[in-house]
Amino acid sequence: MSTVTQHNHPDTPENAAGTADVIALERAEIRSWKAPVAFAIFTVIGILLFIVIGRDGISTFRLSTGSDVIQLPTIPFPARATGVVIVILLAAITAWSFTLSRAAKATPLWAIAVFGFLFVVGFLVWASAGSTLPVAGLLIGTLGISVPLIFGALGGVISERVGVVNVAIEGQLLAGAFVSAVVASITQMPLLGLLAAMVAGMLVSFVLAAFSIRYLVDQVIVGVVLNVLVTGLTGFLFSQVLSANPTLLNSPPRLERINIPVLSEIPVLGPVLFRQTIIVYVMYFTIAAVYIGLFHTRWGLRLRSVGEHPQAADTVGINVTGTRFWNVSLAGAIAGFGGAYLTLGAVGAFNKEMTAGAGFIALAAVIFGRWDPIRATLAALLFGFATNLQNVLSIIGSPVPSEFMLMLPYIVTIVAVAGLVGRVRGPAAAGKPYIKS
Amino acid sequence: MKLELREITKRFGALVANDHINLVVQPGEIHALLGENGAGKSTLMNVLYGLYQADEGQILLDDVAQKFSGPGDAMASGIGMVHQHFMLIPVFTVAENVMLGHEETSFGGRLDLAAARAMVREISARFGFDVDPDALVEDLPVGVQQRVEIIKALSRDAKVLVFDEPTAVLTPQETDELIVIMRQLKEAGTSIVFITHKLREVREVADRITVIRLGKVVGEAEPTATNAELASLMVGRAVELTVDKAPAAPGPAALTVDGLSVVDPRGQIVVNNVSFEVRAGEILAIAGVQGNGQTELTEALLGLQERVTGRIELDGKPLTGLSVRRVLDAGVGFVPEDRTEDGLVATFTISENLMLDRSIGEPFVKAGTLQLATLAEFAEQKVTEFDVRAQGITTPVGRLSGGNQQKVVLARELSRDLRLFVAAQPTRGLDVGSIEFVHTRIVQTRDAGTPVIVVSTELDEVVALADRIAVMYRGEIVGIVPGNTPRDILGLMMAGEHHPEAQVSA
Repeated sequence: MSTVTQHNHPDTPENAAGTADVIALERAEIRSWKAPVAFAIFTVIGILLFIVIGRDGISTFRLSTGSDVIQLPTIPFPARATGVVIVILLAAITAWSFTLSRAAKATPLWAIAVFGFLFVVGFLVWASAGSTLPVAGLLIGTLGISVPLIFGALGGVISERVGVVNVAIEGQLLAGAFVSAVVASITQMPLLGLLAAMVAGMLVSFVLAAFSIRYLVDQVIVGVVLNVLVTGLTGFLFSQVLSANPTLLNSPPRLERINIPVLSEIPVLGPVLFRQTIIVYVMYFTIAAVYIGLFHTRWGLRLRSVGEHPQAADTVGINVTGTRFWNVSLAGAIAGFGGAYLTLGAVGAFNKEMTAGAGFIALAAVIFGRWDPIRATLAALLFGFATNLQNVLSIIGSPVPSEFMLMLPYIVTIVAVAGLVGRVRGPAAAGKPYIKS
Repeated sequence: MKLELREITKRFGALVANDHINLVVQPGEIHALLGENGAGKSTLMNVLYGLYQADEGQILLDDVAQKFSGPGDAMASGIGMVHQHFMLIPVFTVAENVMLGHEETSFGGRLDLAAARAMVREISARFGFDVDPDALVEDLPVGVQQRVEIIKALSRDAKVLVFDEPTAVLTPQETDELIVIMRQLKEAGTSIVFITHKLREVREVADRITVIRLGKVVGEAEPTATNAELASLMVGRAVELTVDKAPAAPGPAALTVDGLSVVDPRGQIVVNNVSFEVRAGEILAIAGVQGNGQTELTEALLGLQERVTGRIELDGKPLTGLSVRRVLDAGVGFVPEDRTEDGLVATFTISENLMLDRSIGEPFVKAGTLQLATLAEFAEQKVTEFDVRAQGITTPVGRLSGGNQQKVVLARELSRDLRLFVAAQPTRGLDVGSIEFVHTRIVQTRDAGTPVIVVSTELDEVVALADRIAVMYRGEIVGIVPGNTPRDILGLMMAGEHHPEAQVSA
């Protein structure tokens, strides 16, 4: 990384009286080669994958599902030709990015998005050469896998914004999944199961809040311990109690899919977004509510102030401890609700350790999404897509070894959080207990 | 509104921070609370503001006893506070900071930012502030941030306004403006409590002065009292306000800095093309308001900054780009501006802290083993020499007072063979006795023929110590002037004005 200094405004009018003129220091322009270098690496991978060891045959993308009213035609891609075209486009973007960096300008975000999209399309065409890729199915599965991630990430955003690092998302998801399965199974009322899941997530949060806020125990340690505790507890109860009587305790009725009229018939998007269970519709609402709540209401302003500068919040009469306690609990309720999707929305029964690290991926989505509910949702969707891609490709029989594909979601997580995010600024007081002297 | 504090006592464990303090502030009066750092002024005000609960005593407003269980109660009763460390959220806008805690909401519970903006504009107009309600607080200079604090207090109809060390972060010109604002507020009927340890400001603005020492009220004074009278009340004995030093006998230039620039991680040029030299046996003071690049400049000298361009030479050998280890080996002694953060390891003992920068090789380490006997002998000797008041050399430095901590730092840095001594804010937060000691040692170091750089934001300290003064403003050296330059010129330079004298002696 090299620096160039430039005198942008040598003659700033001086204000001798020192009144409110905003002191802006001159800026040095920093040439960052991160984007072009990353582009170049992926372009080389593209050349190797799509051309050098390219595959012949036609890859067919099927956009509609069987039950759609409007049936879109399938799109055939000749694999090698498509690969060549995409590699040329990738190389062009890379070259453009290099010229931008040389002129000390940043590569715009949309260019990164276009590059990523092209690479993914190229990869899909290459991997599915000679067979049919169900695009709609890929996206439906993506959303399904993302639902618990999104709820977990929203819980994480709230909790960290109020100043408590929430490593226990995994535990909250798992507790929600377990309790919702048991309650829904006994009562045969899935909605009651959802409610119970929220309570379960909240209880996990209570422990986190009590130890970290009241007794000032390190928040990360409490979170990790809680994850281990919930994993052990649900695992024990599953093998000792649930397995003994699965019909009574572990066969909850699955939630019905509700088709939204008209909207569910939109090509491609309709089946993905609007033929879902109540949990997913609640999720849409929650994303919007958390976003508006955080940035446009009194609740959000106070919550963020407590997470940024608790003493300042205290001096204007905000109850720091109470705000933290209740919002961490709320975060737990949201994550617990998301856990219920695993049992009531997807699988239909509780399995030991069924979250399989989703809580940690959600935590990564919080950071990748820079503590913003919308961005965190998009990050969760990206991780969900990577996971589901692995499922779909192993079904249609791609040439990539399945062991490698299993790594994909985690590689995407690491690259996204370490490479793309870099230095980000989270809530200033996250992880720091507020001690009033 | 009349404020009365009656027999306020606040203890922290064995320490009595406030010992039966009585204070009456009449309506529309500027009442100065004068005392050294650690005298208990801030504790008293935190009790008044509801942040601390008093162990004994009463707070009365217009002769009615109050019970504050938190700052919310105090504010509701009409007490506002402008904190020394601003209680503003850096990533919020001015309007958001002002509305926080008493937000108005419009339809559907949405924040009514328009109302908050209007309030900021209205109060700004009343006092002639120029504050943009939509600016992010972190982008504002400290002087403006302080105005935001004042607006925040006034937006809650504060009748009693407490200013806690408000001038510590301001240029002399901003201080003058603040004094005008305080007079305006007084005209508008607001009672003001003005906490400070700076004598000149007190005499300029206060109607009455109460002096606190070691948690007790030791006297009241009129604004007509002399500096020496106030100082002796504050410290408890006659105080030498100047440093006794012989004229400098400067030798050849030892440190040469040429075209030095530092870029911070956000890409801002925090030190911009700075050039100066320091001769052997002279003290160059770097003056300026906090945050004008002094910190980064000293860190660049030490090799602590990453993106540095330009040339630094000590005795003809380049220091630029060397690791901190090699800079220290080249004979640079450094007193960092935040001793608890960068100067000491609080949980380590005095003797361990004394060898922190000599953990490689002899005399304290042989074959990877600490030479505890040698270290103990060395530590005992230094503790005596630097008059460190502690139970013993095995006392953790975290338990020492600020003055004694700074003596440990000085003892460590000055006990090596130095070719250059850099002291950043060497007396910040110290009591008068320790300040005298530190100043004496700095002058002694100079007299031993070492080039010395003292960075200070306190004009008093700069004027007392400096043989030459370099003034920094927005990362640049505005000018280098002789040590006897009048304060008002220095003040103008600290606000960024170039001065003809600067070019002559640079």
